Amino acid sequence: MKRTPALAIYAVGAFLFLHLPLLILSIFSFNSSRFTVWQGFSLRWYAAAIKDTQLTESAVNSLIIATVATLVSTVLGTLCAYGLWKRTSRPLAGSLYLSLVTPEIVTGISLLAFYQWIFRFLRVQLGMHTVILAHISFSIAYVVIVVIARLRTVDATLEEAALDLGANEWQAFRYVTLPAILPGVVAAALLAFTVSFDDYVITSLVAGVDSETLPMVIYAIARRGVNPVVNAISALIVIGFGSLVVISERLRSA
Amino acid sequence: MECVLELRGVSKHYPSHHAVNGVSLNLARGEFFSLLGPSGCGKTTTLRLVAGFEEPTHGEIRLNGSSIQHLKPYQRNVSTVFQNYALFPHLTVRDNVEFGLRRRAGNHIGDRVRDVIDLVQLAGKESRRPAQLSGGERQRVALARSLVLEPDVLLLDEPLSALDPNLRKQVRAELKAIQRRVGITFLFVTHDQEEALSLSDRLGVMNKGHLEQIGTPEEIYLQPSTRFVASFLGAVNWIGDVGVRPEAMRIAREPSRNGHRSRPATIVHSTFLGNCVHVDTRLSDGEPAVVEISRLGEAFAPGEAVHLWWEPADELRFE
Amino acid sequence: MNRLRAWFLAPTWTVVITLFLAPLAIILGYSFLTRGVYGGITSPWTLESYQRLVDPIYLAILWRSFWVAGASTALCLLLGFPLALFISRAGRHKNFYLGLVMLPFWTSFLVRTYAWMFLLRDTGLLNTLLQKLGVIHSPLPLLYNDGAVILGLVYGYLPFTVLPLYATLERLDRTLLEAAADLGAKPWAALARVTIPLSAPGIRAGAILVFIPCLGAYLTPDLLGGGKSVMIGNLIQNQFTTARDWPFGSAVSLVLMAIVMVLLFAIARGEGESLL
Repeated sequence: MKRTPALAIYAVGAFLFLHLPLLILSIFSFNSSRFTVWQGFSLRWYAAAIKDTQLTESAVNSLIIATVATLVSTVLGTLCAYGLWKRTSRPLAGSLYLSLVTPEIVTGISLLAFYQWIFRFLRVQLGMHTVILAHISFSIAYVVIVVIARLRTVDATLEEAALDLGANEWQAFRYVTLPAILPGVVAAALLAFTVSFDDYVITSLVAGVDSETLPMVIYAIARRGVNPVVNAISALIVIGFGSLVVISERLRSA
Repeated sequence: MECVLELRGVSKHYPSHHAVNGVSLNLARGEFFSLLGPSGCGKTTTLRLVAGFEEPTHGEIRLNGSSIQHLKPYQRNVSTVFQNYALFPHLTVRDNVEFGLRRRAGNHIGDRVRDVIDLVQLAGKESRRPAQLSGGERQRVALARSLVLEPDVLLLDEPLSALDPNLRKQVRAELKAIQRRVGITFLFVTHDQEEALSLSDRLGVMNKGHLEQIGTPEEIYLQPSTRFVASFLGAVNWIGDVGVRPEAMRIAREPSRNGHRSRPATIVHSTFLGNCVHVDTRLSDGEPAVVEISRLGEAFAPGEAVHLWWEPADELRFE
Repeated sequence: MNRLRAWFLAPTWTVVITLFLAPLAIILGYSFLTRGVYGGITSPWTLESYQRLVDPIYLAILWRSFWVAGASTALCLLLGFPLALFISRAGRHKNFYLGLVMLPFWTSFLVRTYAWMFLLRDTGLLNTLLQKLGVIHSPLPLLYNDGAVILGLVYGYLPFTVLPLYATLERLDRTLLEAAADLGAKPWAALARVTIPLSAPGIRAGAILVFIPCLGAYLTPDLLGGGKSVMIGNLIQNQFTTARDWPFGSAVSLVLMAIVMVLLFAIARGEGESLL
């Protein structure tokens, strides 16, 4: 059957709809004017972004939070996926699934309420640690899903062969299954990193004064209106995330 | 003889290969015609050209005297029974059968659907979904769905290959009976020589995109025009340029007399096949030859020196 | 194996219980308590928070949320179906096109929402462009209304419909379309009677995957609706921050969760399979 040209034309339109807004935003981040009229190429907004201590400090915070949350959730999530692989646990799988579809605002306020309740007994305050715990909690489900998808492509008899040849269970996991799913694990980690780095709704509810993240700063500026410095930061995020995703997709199909 | 479908020098060329090359044939109304050949010989492509799923690179396809090769599948009054049946899984048996009828709204839809469902013996199963049917029943739905449209030619693409072997013979007989009753022209594609020989009024043997021979089953089997046709329909022993079918040969302990041809050979091995025995032999020039003999006949021991006999009339000769 | 498996599951169980299930339980408890004078939580136990939900003000917000989420979902399906159809027929370029659909999805939701503020505001690109071209003389109010919120949600969640639709269309047996044409169905008829009915699972999955996050959306209505287009998410956030009515905020959250779960069960029955 021949491809309908009308469908192809529509697809071009749809792809423009998906990509043009970010492309235009990125282009205008190089505009020397602060208004939406092109006046010439300039890096002034990038320079301004780097000089802005609030932006750089929050970016560092975001990087620390995303890195720690990613490491922890990737390790725990991978072990969990492996545990669920051969025999699923409906309560655990169901809870993870539920956490994935729970609206962020509900996750955020329930964590806030939980932390406030805990603080009655412990002398702790909201801060970087509460943000990191929250991020671990919501990114674990993403890791489990990606790793399980990869595990489903692994031949379970390989591990039985390893056991048969004298490996113990840990060795079978460590030397047979883990190498086979490693690309999936790395992809899961990159995914966890992006969702953690990008989160605003949950973070803003459980962050303390010392733990303002980049999305929180961007959000605060955006609520006041459009700002060319944010355009520059946005362009950087788009490029950074874009390359992470491309790497992740490469690994997933590897 | 009224010609319903005519192919004139039809070719289908792909960048990588020529699937169909200059095929010409005529189908008479009411005829059961088979296209027989090994997989990849172009028989299914020929069928798809007639159905309209592919457009020929060269040549003309005429239905009732008018060219149809540029018409879309839904504009041609031919209908296909697909190899996997392609039943709509979301529709019931009745809805599947009515699918095409509704396109050409008319009266008596209900009657025609009921008649055809009776014809294929699916009465009582009208509200089932394809998934709830057996393989044979699905095949009959596919048949009914096409028959109800009363196409000029019904195209069948290996419709029996998805059935298990026990069922195949029974369905084969039903298919032939249905064709006789409705009188619709069948163009049947298969790689199974037994199917083609037993069902067809005439058949065409295809090889590498070419139509090698057209004829009645007897003509094709007894007077094959090419070595390919001879060896594709049944086994052939090649003795020089001459072919002899295993069942046309006999084994004797002495050379031939009174007009028989014969060759010396050595017995290699005998295989008991129930209704007959296949004896593998080796001719004096080292070529193998198989002889089919009655199981009640003489027994031969491996290594025994014998003579193979046949009648000159049973020789298959080619230019 | 079982001992090892238990050790592998234990850490995640701990995280899920303490940081997901326990917080939900606390919200559940709070929703039956009373708001304190200074915004805290006090006894007695009461159903008052739930009763307040039938107040017309809140019903209106609930209704608006359903309306906005429903419209966004419908638009996503309408826009996503032809795109998925195109990709499923794109031969060996399928993966490239799929990547093209997914790429913006993984580039910061916040930034993508912000991009529309940049385009839609009074001095944004669209208004500037239209004024330069002389089409309009004063800026159109493109931002801060329901339309902008729906646009932002459609833009954000379109990939969520394309993926499941693609998955079902990809699995669709092409001979069924040939059979439809063979039986006399023109392309549009084949689309309506074969392709669309057979992609029902993808349509269902896509609809749920978009409707759920849209219903609970907070960021998009806040930024693109500018506080004028309040949805359930904003109501919840408001109860926990400005209004400091935690019991009511908890009750609203649980109602939202209940709706989400009902929808999920509805689709799980249809699908018989979940992601995990």
